[in-house]
Amino acid sequence: MGDGTGVAYFDGVKKLAINWFKYSAPTTFYGLAGKMIPWFAVSAAILLAIGLYIGFAVAPADYQQGEFYRIIFIHVPASILSMFLYLILAGYAALGLIFNTRLSAMMASAIAPTGALFAFISLWTGALWGKPMWGAWWVWDARLTSELILLFLYLGFIALHASIDDPRRADRASALLAIVGSVNVPIIYFSVQWWNTLHQGSTIKFSGTSMHVAMQQAMFITLAACWLYAIAVVLARVRSIILERERNTTWIAELPEVKG
Amino acid sequence: MKKSSLTGLVMLVIRRDLLLAMRRRADVLTTLIFFVMVVSLFPLGVGPEMDILRKMAAGVLWVAALLSSMLSLGRLFSADYLDGTLEQMMLAPQSLSMLVLGKIAAHWIVSGVPLVLMAPVLGVQFDMPAQALGVLIIGLLLGTPILSMIGAIGAALTLGLRGGGVLLSLLVLPLCIPVLIFGTGAVGAVSTGLSAVSHLSLLGALLMLALVSTPWVTAQALRISME
Repeated sequence: MGDGTGVAYFDGVKKLAINWFKYSAPTTFYGLAGKMIPWFAVSAAILLAIGLYIGFAVAPADYQQGEFYRIIFIHVPASILSMFLYLILAGYAALGLIFNTRLSAMMASAIAPTGALFAFISLWTGALWGKPMWGAWWVWDARLTSELILLFLYLGFIALHASIDDPRRADRASALLAIVGSVNVPIIYFSVQWWNTLHQGSTIKFSGTSMHVAMQQAMFITLAACWLYAIAVVLARVRSIILERERNTTWIAELPEVKG
Repeated sequence: MKKSSLTGLVMLVIRRDLLLAMRRRADVLTTLIFFVMVVSLFPLGVGPEMDILRKMAAGVLWVAALLSSMLSLGRLFSADYLDGTLEQMMLAPQSLSMLVLGKIAAHWIVSGVPLVLMAPVLGVQFDMPAQALGVLIIGLLLGTPILSMIGAIGAALTLGLRGGGVLLSLLVLPLCIPVLIFGTGAVGAVSTGLSAVSHLSLLGALLMLALVSTPWVTAQALRISME
Protein backbone atom coordinates (compact mmCIF):
# COMPACT_ATOMS: atom_id res chain seq x y z
CA MET A 1 0.00 0.00 0.00
CA GLY A 2 1.40 3.39 -0.98
CA ASP A 3 1.80 5.89 1.79
CA GLY A 4 -0.37 8.72 0.49
CA THR A 5 -3.22 6.43 -0.52
CA GLY A 6 -2.99 4.68 2.84
CA VAL A 7 -3.94 7.84 4.70
CA ALA A 8 -6.81 8.59 2.34
CA TYR A 9 -8.07 5.05 2.62
CA PHE A 10 -8.04 5.10 6.39
CA ASP A 11 -9.74 8.49 6.52
CA GLY A 12 -12.48 7.12 4.33
CA VAL A 13 -13.03 4.05 6.44
CA LYS A 14 -13.04 5.99 9.70
CA LYS A 15 -16.27 7.78 8.80
CA LEU A 16 -18.12 4.51 8.40
CA ALA A 17 -17.27 2.70 11.61
CA ILE A 18 -14.65 2.31 14.27
CA ASN A 19 -11.62 1.21 12.33
CA TRP A 20 -9.62 -1.25 14.37
CA PHE A 21 -6.81 -1.20 11.88
CA LYS A 22 -6.37 2.56 11.93
CA TYR A 23 -3.22 2.35 14.00
CA SER A 24 -1.71 -0.49 12.02
CA ALA A 25 -0.44 2.09 9.54
CA PRO A 26 2.93 3.63 10.45
CA THR A 27 1.56 7.06 9.55
CA THR A 28 -1.05 7.03 12.28
CA PHE A 29 0.85 4.88 14.75
CA TYR A 30 3.80 7.28 14.78
CA GLY A 31 1.70 10.00 16.41
CA LEU A 32 -0.10 7.63 18.77
CA ALA A 33 3.20 6.12 19.97
CA GLY A 34 4.59 9.59 20.54
CA LYS A 35 1.61 10.46 22.76
CA MET A 36 1.82 7.18 24.72
CA ILE A 37 5.56 7.11 25.45
CA PRO A 38 5.56 9.76 28.27
CA TRP A 39 2.72 7.98 30.09
CA PHE A 40 4.45 4.61 30.01
CA ALA A 41 7.87 6.06 30.80
CA VAL A 42 6.71 8.16 33.76
CA SER A 43 4.60 5.38 35.28
CA ALA A 44 7.51 2.96 34.80
CA ALA A 45 9.83 5.31 36.67
CA ILE A 46 7.34 5.86 39.50
CA LEU A 47 6.54 2.17 39.91
CA LEU A 48 10.22 1.24 39.77
CA ALA A 49 10.98 3.75 42.53
CA ILE A 50 8.10 2.44 44.69
CA GLY A 51 8.96 -1.21 43.99
CA LEU A 52 12.64 -0.79 44.77
CA TYR A 53 11.83 1.24 47.91
CA ILE A 54 9.58 -1.52 49.21
CA GLY A 55 12.09 -4.12 48.07
CA PHE A 56 15.12 -2.55 49.71
CA ALA A 57 13.69 -0.69 52.69
CA VAL A 58 10.41 -2.33 53.71
CA ALA A 59 10.77 -6.02 52.85
CA PRO A 60 12.53 -8.00 55.59
CA ALA A 61 15.71 -9.96 55.03
CA ASP A 62 15.19 -13.58 54.00
CA TYR A 63 15.89 -16.00 56.84
CA GLN A 64 17.93 -18.25 54.56
CA GLN A 65 19.47 -15.91 52.02
CA GLY A 66 19.88 -12.77 54.11
CA GLU A 67 20.11 -9.59 52.08
CA PHE A 68 21.27 -11.34 48.92
CA TYR A 69 17.79 -12.31 47.85
CA ARG A 70 16.93 -8.68 47.10
CA ILE A 71 18.34 -9.06 43.61
CA ILE A 72 15.13 -10.89 42.69
CA PHE A 73 13.37 -7.54 42.41
CA ILE A 74 15.38 -6.99 39.24
CA HIS A 75 16.24 -10.56 38.32
CA VAL A 76 12.76 -12.10 38.26
CA PRO A 77 11.07 -9.32 36.23
CA ALA A 78 13.98 -9.36 33.76
CA SER A 79 13.72 -13.13 33.27
CA ILE A 80 9.95 -13.07 32.86
CA LEU A 81 10.14 -10.21 30.36
CA SER A 82 12.94 -11.77 28.34
CA MET A 83 10.76 -14.85 27.75
CA PHE A 84 7.48 -13.04 27.13
CA LEU A 85 9.10 -10.53 24.80
CA TYR A 86 10.39 -13.35 22.59
CA LEU A 87 6.86 -14.72 22.27
CA ILE A 88 5.49 -11.26 21.49
CA LEU A 89 8.30 -10.72 18.99
CA ALA A 90 7.47 -14.01 17.27
CA GLY A 91 3.78 -13.06 17.30
CA TYR A 92 4.47 -9.76 15.57
CA ALA A 93 6.81 -11.52 13.16
CA ALA A 94 4.08 -14.01 12.25
CA LEU A 95 1.55 -11.19 11.80
CA GLY A 96 3.94 -9.36 9.54
CA LEU A 97 4.66 -12.46 7.48
CA ILE A 98 1.02 -13.53 7.12
CA PHE A 99 -0.76 -10.19 6.62
CA ASN A 100 2.21 -8.37 5.15
CA THR A 101 1.76 -5.41 7.49
CA ARG A 102 4.77 -3.17 7.65
CA LEU A 103 4.25 -2.07 11.25
CA SER A 104 4.29 -5.63 12.65
CA ALA A 105 7.76 -6.26 11.28
CA MET A 106 8.92 -2.92 12.65
CA MET A 107 7.53 -3.84 16.07
CA ALA A 108 9.34 -7.19 15.96
CA SER A 109 12.67 -5.57 15.22
CA ALA A 110 11.99 -2.90 17.86
CA ILE A 111 11.34 -5.54 20.54
CA ALA A 112 14.47 -7.61 19.87
CA PRO A 113 17.11 -5.34 21.52
CA THR A 114 14.95 -4.87 24.64
CA GLY A 115 14.40 -8.62 24.90
CA ALA A 116 18.10 -9.30 24.52
CA LEU A 117 18.84 -6.65 27.14
CA PHE A 118 16.47 -8.28 29.63
CA ALA A 119 17.94 -11.72 28.92
CA PHE A 120 21.39 -10.29 29.56
CA ILE A 121 20.29 -8.53 32.77
CA SER A 122 18.70 -11.77 33.92
CA LEU A 123 21.93 -13.72 33.36
CA TRP A 124 24.05 -10.96 34.89
CA THR A 125 21.98 -10.54 38.04
CA GLY A 126 21.69 -14.32 38.27
CA ALA A 127 25.48 -14.57 38.29
CA LEU A 128 25.73 -11.85 40.97
CA TRP A 129 23.25 -13.79 43.08
CA GLY A 130 24.83 -17.15 42.35
CA LYS A 131 28.28 -16.21 43.63
CA PRO A 132 27.30 -15.67 47.30
CA MET A 133 24.49 -18.25 47.29
CA TRP A 134 25.92 -21.16 45.32
CA GLY A 135 29.58 -20.19 45.51
CA ALA A 136 29.86 -20.01 41.72
CA TRP A 137 29.22 -17.31 39.16
CA TRP A 138 27.79 -19.80 36.75
CA VAL A 139 26.15 -23.19 37.17
CA TRP A 140 24.98 -25.33 34.26
CA ASP A 141 21.49 -25.35 35.65
CA ALA A 142 18.65 -25.98 33.21
CA ARG A 143 17.13 -22.59 33.85
CA LEU A 144 20.36 -20.70 33.32
CA THR A 145 21.23 -22.63 30.22
CA SER A 146 17.88 -22.06 28.55
CA GLU A 147 18.10 -18.35 29.36
CA LEU A 148 21.52 -18.29 27.71
CA ILE A 149 20.15 -20.03 24.62
CA LEU A 150 17.30 -17.51 24.58
CA LEU A 151 19.91 -14.74 24.49
CA PHE A 152 21.55 -16.53 21.54
CA LEU A 153 18.20 -16.64 19.72
CA TYR A 154 17.74 -12.89 20.25
CA LEU A 155 21.26 -12.20 19.01
CA GLY A 156 20.70 -14.39 15.94
CA PHE A 157 17.52 -12.47 15.12
CA ILE A 158 19.28 -9.10 15.50
CA ALA A 159 22.33 -10.26 13.53
CA LEU A 160 20.28 -11.59 10.63
CA HIS A 161 18.18 -8.43 10.49
CA ALA A 162 21.27 -6.25 10.60
CA SER A 163 23.13 -8.06 7.84
CA ILE A 164 20.41 -7.79 5.18
CA ASP A 165 20.38 -4.40 3.49
CA ASP A 166 16.96 -4.61 1.88
CA PRO A 167 14.55 -3.84 4.74
CA ARG A 168 11.72 -5.91 3.27
CA ARG A 169 13.85 -9.03 2.93
CA ALA A 170 15.38 -8.36 6.36
CA ASP A 171 11.91 -8.20 7.93
CA ARG A 172 10.66 -11.35 6.28
CA ALA A 173 13.81 -13.41 6.78
CA SER A 174 14.16 -12.54 10.45
CA ALA A 175 10.42 -13.09 10.96
CA LEU A 176 10.77 -16.63 9.62
CA LEU A 177 13.76 -17.17 11.90
CA ALA A 178 11.79 -15.90 14.91
CA ILE A 179 8.93 -18.29 14.14
CA VAL A 180 11.28 -21.26 13.72
CA GLY A 181 12.95 -20.22 16.97
CA SER A 182 9.66 -20.02 18.86
CA VAL A 183 8.72 -23.52 17.68
CA ASN A 184 12.10 -24.66 18.93
CA VAL A 185 11.90 -22.93 22.31
CA PRO A 186 9.81 -25.61 24.06
CA ILE A 187 11.94 -28.38 22.54
CA ILE A 188 15.12 -26.64 23.71
CA TYR A 189 13.64 -25.97 27.14
CA PHE A 190 12.64 -29.57 27.82
CA SER A 191 15.78 -31.07 26.32
CA VAL A 192 17.94 -28.81 28.46
CA GLN A 193 15.95 -29.67 31.55
CA TRP A 194 16.32 -33.35 30.83
CA TRP A 195 20.00 -33.00 30.02
CA ASN A 196 20.57 -31.37 33.36
CA THR A 197 18.69 -33.93 35.43
CA LEU A 198 20.40 -36.79 33.64
CA HIS A 199 23.87 -35.45 34.18
CA GLN A 200 23.94 -34.12 37.70
CA GLY A 201 20.51 -34.31 39.22
CA SER A 202 18.71 -31.18 40.28
CA THR A 203 21.18 -29.48 42.59
CA ILE A 204 19.57 -26.09 42.87
CA LYS A 205 16.10 -25.33 43.92
CA PHE A 206 14.58 -22.03 44.93
CA SER A 207 14.10 -22.08 48.69
CA GLY A 208 10.54 -23.26 48.95
CA THR A 209 9.64 -20.69 51.58
CA SER A 210 6.42 -18.76 51.20
CA MET A 211 7.27 -15.19 50.39
CA HIS A 212 6.69 -12.30 52.73
CA VAL A 213 3.86 -9.98 51.61
CA ALA A 214 6.20 -7.00 51.17
CA MET A 215 8.50 -9.13 49.00
CA GLN A 216 5.60 -10.13 46.80
CA GLN A 217 4.38 -6.57 46.51
CA ALA A 218 7.82 -5.29 45.61
CA MET A 219 8.29 -7.98 42.99
CA PHE A 220 4.93 -7.40 41.34
CA ILE A 221 5.47 -3.64 41.31
CA THR A 222 8.94 -3.93 39.75
CA LEU A 223 7.53 -6.45 37.26
CA ALA A 224 4.86 -3.93 36.25
CA ALA A 225 7.54 -1.23 36.05
CA CYS A 226 9.66 -3.39 33.74
CA TRP A 227 6.66 -4.06 31.50
CA LEU A 228 5.91 -0.34 31.25
CA TYR A 229 9.57 0.44 30.63
CA ALA A 230 9.71 -2.19 27.88
CA ILE A 231 6.60 -0.77 26.20
CA ALA A 232 7.93 2.79 26.39
CA VAL A 233 11.30 1.83 24.97
CA VAL A 234 9.83 -0.33 22.21
CA LEU A 235 7.48 2.48 21.18
CA ALA A 236 10.36 4.96 21.11
CA ARG A 237 12.42 2.56 19.03
CA VAL A 238 9.60 1.81 16.63
CA ARG A 239 9.17 5.57 16.10
CA SER A 240 12.83 5.81 15.10
CA ILE A 241 12.42 2.82 12.79
CA ILE A 242 9.38 4.43 11.16
CA LEU A 243 11.30 7.66 10.66
CA GLU A 244 14.22 5.79 9.15
CA ARG A 245 12.17 3.59 6.83
CA GLU A 246 9.76 6.26 5.63
CA ARG A 247 12.25 9.11 5.44
CA ASN A 248 11.49 9.69 1.77
CA THR A 249 7.74 10.16 2.22
CA THR A 250 5.96 13.48 2.34
CA TRP A 251 4.22 12.91 5.66
CA ILE A 252 7.60 12.56 7.35
CA ALA A 253 8.86 15.74 5.67
CA GLU A 254 5.81 17.60 7.01
CA LEU A 255 6.27 16.48 10.62
CA PRO A 256 7.04 19.48 12.86
CA GLU A 257 10.05 17.73 14.44
CA VAL A 258 11.51 17.04 11.00
CA LYS A 259 10.68 20.45 9.53
CA GLY A 260 11.96 22.47 12.49
CA MET B 1 8.69 -31.50 -20.59
CA LYS B 2 7.99 -34.86 -19.05
CA LYS B 3 6.10 -34.69 -15.77
CA SER B 4 7.95 -36.79 -13.25
CA SER B 5 6.59 -38.22 -10.03
CA LEU B 6 7.62 -36.66 -6.73
CA THR B 7 9.98 -39.46 -5.75
CA GLY B 8 11.48 -39.38 -9.21
CA LEU B 9 11.95 -35.64 -8.84
CA VAL B 10 13.68 -35.97 -5.47
CA MET B 11 15.93 -38.73 -6.82
CA LEU B 12 16.77 -36.57 -9.81
CA VAL B 13 17.86 -33.66 -7.60
CA ILE B 14 19.86 -36.02 -5.36
CA ARG B 15 21.60 -37.60 -8.36
CA ARG B 16 22.42 -34.19 -9.82
CA ASP B 17 23.82 -32.81 -6.57
CA LEU B 18 25.85 -35.95 -5.92
CA LEU B 19 27.29 -35.76 -9.41
CA LEU B 20 28.23 -32.12 -8.85
CA ALA B 21 29.78 -33.01 -5.50
CA MET B 22 31.82 -35.81 -7.10
CA ARG B 23 33.18 -33.33 -9.61
CA ARG B 24 34.47 -31.26 -6.69
CA ARG B 25 35.74 -33.96 -4.41
CA ALA B 26 38.00 -31.57 -2.50
CA ASP B 27 34.99 -29.84 -0.92
CA VAL B 28 33.71 -33.12 0.47
CA LEU B 29 37.12 -34.06 1.81
CA THR B 30 37.77 -30.72 3.52
CA THR B 31 34.65 -31.14 5.66
CA LEU B 32 35.74 -34.63 6.68
CA ILE B 33 39.31 -33.54 7.39
CA PHE B 34 37.99 -30.64 9.47
CA PHE B 35 35.93 -33.11 11.50
CA VAL B 36 38.92 -35.37 12.12
CA MET B 37 41.12 -32.42 13.02
CA VAL B 38 38.72 -30.86 15.52
CA VAL B 39 38.28 -34.21 17.24
CA SER B 40 42.06 -34.73 17.34
CA LEU B 41 42.63 -31.32 18.90
CA PHE B 42 40.72 -32.18 22.07
CA PRO B 43 43.19 -34.71 23.50
CA LEU B 44 45.94 -32.19 22.82
CA GLY B 45 43.98 -29.56 24.70
CA VAL B 46 42.83 -31.52 27.74
CA GLY B 47 45.63 -34.05 28.09
CA PRO B 48 45.99 -37.72 27.20
CA GLU B 49 44.33 -39.25 30.30
CA MET B 50 42.07 -41.97 28.94
CA ASP B 51 39.50 -41.66 31.73
CA ILE B 52 38.71 -38.06 30.85
CA LEU B 53 38.82 -38.74 27.12
CA ARG B 54 36.43 -41.69 27.37
CA LYS B 55 33.94 -39.50 29.23
CA MET B 56 34.29 -36.68 26.72
CA ALA B 57 34.28 -38.76 23.57
CA ALA B 58 30.59 -38.58 22.67
CA GLY B 59 30.40 -34.85 23.34
CA VAL B 60 33.55 -34.11 21.37
CA LEU B 61 32.43 -36.15 18.36
CA TRP B 62 28.99 -34.58 18.38
CA VAL B 63 30.24 -31.00 18.71
CA ALA B 64 32.77 -31.64 15.95
CA ALA B 65 30.04 -33.10 13.74
CA LEU B 66 27.88 -30.03 14.45
CA LEU B 67 30.70 -27.64 13.54
CA SER B 68 31.72 -29.45 10.38
CA SER B 69 28.12 -29.64 9.17
CA MET B 70 27.98 -25.83 9.60
CA LEU B 71 31.08 -25.61 7.41
CA SER B 72 29.49 -27.24 4.40
CA LEU B 73 26.06 -25.59 4.74
CA GLY B 74 27.17 -22.43 3.00
CA ARG B 75 27.54 -24.41 -0.23
CA LEU B 76 24.06 -25.93 -0.05
CA PHE B 77 22.37 -23.29 -2.20
CA SER B 78 25.09 -20.80 -3.08
CA ALA B 79 26.37 -22.44 -6.30
CA ASP B 80 22.82 -22.88 -7.62
CA TYR B 81 22.04 -19.32 -6.59
CA LEU B 82 25.03 -17.89 -8.41
CA ASP B 83 24.52 -19.71 -11.72
CA GLY B 84 20.76 -19.15 -11.78
CA THR B 85 19.72 -22.78 -11.30
CA LEU B 86 17.90 -21.93 -8.11
CA GLU B 87 15.75 -19.39 -9.91
CA GLN B 88 14.79 -22.01 -12.48
CA MET B 89 13.94 -24.43 -9.67
CA MET B 90 11.60 -21.85 -8.16
CA LEU B 91 9.93 -21.28 -11.50
CA ALA B 92 9.54 -25.00 -12.09
CA PRO B 93 5.99 -26.38 -11.85
CA GLN B 94 7.13 -28.97 -9.32
CA SER B 95 6.97 -28.38 -5.59
CA LEU B 96 9.92 -26.35 -4.35
CA SER B 97 9.74 -28.13 -1.00
CA MET B 98 10.42 -31.47 -2.67
CA LEU B 99 13.32 -30.04 -4.66
CA VAL B 100 14.70 -28.66 -1.40
CA LEU B 101 14.24 -32.06 0.25
CA GLY B 102 16.32 -33.60 -2.52
CA LYS B 103 19.05 -31.03 -2.05
CA ILE B 104 19.07 -31.59 1.70
CA ALA B 105 19.28 -35.38 1.21
CA ALA B 106 22.21 -34.96 -1.17
CA HIS B 107 23.90 -32.60 1.29
CA TRP B 108 23.51 -35.19 4.04
CA ILE B 109 24.93 -37.97 1.86
CA VAL B 110 27.91 -35.81 1.00
CA SER B 111 28.64 -34.20 4.38
CA GLY B 112 26.81 -36.30 7.00
CA VAL B 113 27.41 -39.90 5.96
CA PRO B 114 31.23 -39.59 5.77
CA LEU B 115 31.22 -38.27 9.35
CA VAL B 116 29.11 -41.22 10.50
CA LEU B 117 31.50 -43.61 8.77
CA MET B 118 34.54 -41.87 10.25
CA ALA B 119 33.14 -41.65 13.79
CA PRO B 120 33.94 -45.26 14.87
CA VAL B 121 37.62 -44.80 14.07
CA LEU B 122 37.77 -41.60 16.11
CA GLY B 123 35.70 -43.20 18.87
CA VAL B 124 38.29 -45.97 19.16
CA GLN B 125 40.98 -43.30 19.52
CA PHE B 126 39.05 -42.07 22.54
CA ASP B 127 38.81 -45.63 23.85
CA MET B 128 35.03 -45.80 23.67
CA PRO B 129 33.54 -49.19 24.58
CA ALA B 130 31.89 -51.06 21.69
CA GLN B 131 28.34 -50.64 22.98
CA ALA B 132 28.68 -46.89 23.45
CA LEU B 133 30.24 -46.66 20.01
CA GLY B 134 27.27 -48.46 18.49
CA VAL B 135 24.81 -46.08 20.16
CA LEU B 136 26.92 -43.11 19.03
CA ILE B 137 26.71 -44.28 15.42
CA ILE B 138 22.94 -44.81 15.57
CA GLY B 139 22.58 -41.39 17.17
CA LEU B 140 24.72 -39.76 14.48
CA LEU B 141 22.74 -41.55 11.77
CA LEU B 142 19.50 -40.16 13.19
CA GLY B 143 20.93 -36.77 14.14
CA THR B 144 23.07 -35.63 11.23
CA PRO B 145 20.10 -35.46 8.80
CA ILE B 146 18.39 -33.12 11.32
CA LEU B 147 21.49 -30.92 11.32
CA SER B 148 21.35 -30.75 7.51
CA MET B 149 17.65 -29.93 7.58
CA ILE B 150 17.79 -27.20 10.24
CA GLY B 151 20.94 -25.90 8.59
CA ALA B 152 19.13 -25.66 5.26
CA ILE B 153 16.76 -23.07 6.77
CA GLY B 154 19.73 -20.99 7.87
CA ALA B 155 21.47 -21.45 4.52
CA ALA B 156 18.36 -20.28 2.69
CA LEU B 157 17.92 -17.24 4.95
CA THR B 158 21.54 -16.13 4.61
CA LEU B 159 21.73 -16.75 0.87
CA GLY B 160 23.97 -14.24 -0.85
CA LEU B 161 24.71 -12.21 2.29
CA ARG B 162 28.13 -10.87 3.18
CA GLY B 163 29.66 -12.78 6.08
CA GLY B 164 27.06 -15.47 5.49
CA GLY B 165 29.13 -18.31 6.94
CA VAL B 166 29.57 -16.94 10.44
CA LEU B 167 26.02 -15.60 10.49
CA LEU B 168 24.74 -19.02 9.46
CA SER B 169 26.40 -20.69 12.46
CA LEU B 170 25.03 -17.99 14.74
CA LEU B 171 21.49 -18.71 13.56
CA VAL B 172 21.62 -22.49 13.31
CA LEU B 173 23.74 -23.62 16.28
CA PRO B 174 21.22 -22.67 19.02
CA LEU B 175 18.49 -24.51 17.12
CA CYS B 176 20.63 -27.66 16.98
CA ILE B 177 21.10 -27.89 20.75
CA PRO B 178 18.34 -30.50 21.31
CA VAL B 179 19.99 -32.82 18.76
CA LEU B 180 23.30 -32.48 20.56
CA ILE B 181 21.68 -33.15 23.93
CA PHE B 182 19.81 -36.28 22.86
CA GLY B 183 22.72 -37.60 20.78
CA THR B 184 25.22 -37.35 23.60
CA GLY B 185 22.57 -38.29 26.15
CA ALA B 186 22.06 -41.65 24.42
CA VAL B 187 25.76 -42.49 24.77
CA GLY B 188 25.76 -41.22 28.35
CA ALA B 189 22.81 -43.44 29.20
CA VAL B 190 24.49 -46.55 27.78
CA SER B 191 27.75 -45.92 29.60
CA THR B 192 25.91 -45.58 32.92
CA GLY B 193 24.10 -48.86 32.31
CA LEU B 194 20.75 -47.38 31.30
CA SER B 195 18.83 -47.88 28.08
CA ALA B 196 19.46 -45.45 25.23
CA VAL B 197 16.09 -46.17 23.63
CA SER B 198 14.34 -43.09 25.02
CA HIS B 199 17.02 -40.72 23.71
CA LEU B 200 17.15 -42.40 20.34
CA SER B 201 13.34 -42.36 20.10
CA LEU B 202 13.36 -38.64 20.79
CA LEU B 203 16.02 -38.15 18.12
CA GLY B 204 13.82 -40.14 15.75
CA ALA B 205 10.85 -37.96 16.67
CA LEU B 206 12.88 -34.83 15.99
CA LEU B 207 13.93 -36.34 12.66
CA MET B 208 10.31 -36.93 11.67
CA LEU B 209 9.30 -33.44 12.78
CA ALA B 210 12.16 -31.92 10.84
CA LEU B 211 11.41 -34.06 7.80
CA VAL B 212 7.85 -32.77 7.48
CA SER B 213 8.45 -29.14 8.41
CA THR B 214 11.93 -28.01 7.37
CA PRO B 215 11.71 -28.52 3.57
CA TRP B 216 8.63 -26.31 3.48
CA VAL B 217 10.15 -23.67 5.79
CA THR B 218 13.35 -23.73 3.73
CA ALA B 219 11.33 -23.24 0.55
CA GLN B 220 9.64 -20.22 2.14
CA ALA B 221 13.01 -18.89 3.22
CA LEU B 222 14.32 -19.29 -0.34
CA ARG B 223 11.34 -17.36 -1.70
CA ILE B 224 12.04 -14.56 0.78
CA SER B 225 15.72 -14.47 -0.17
CA MET B 226 15.13 -14.61 -3.91
CA GLU B 227 12.32 -12.10 -4.37
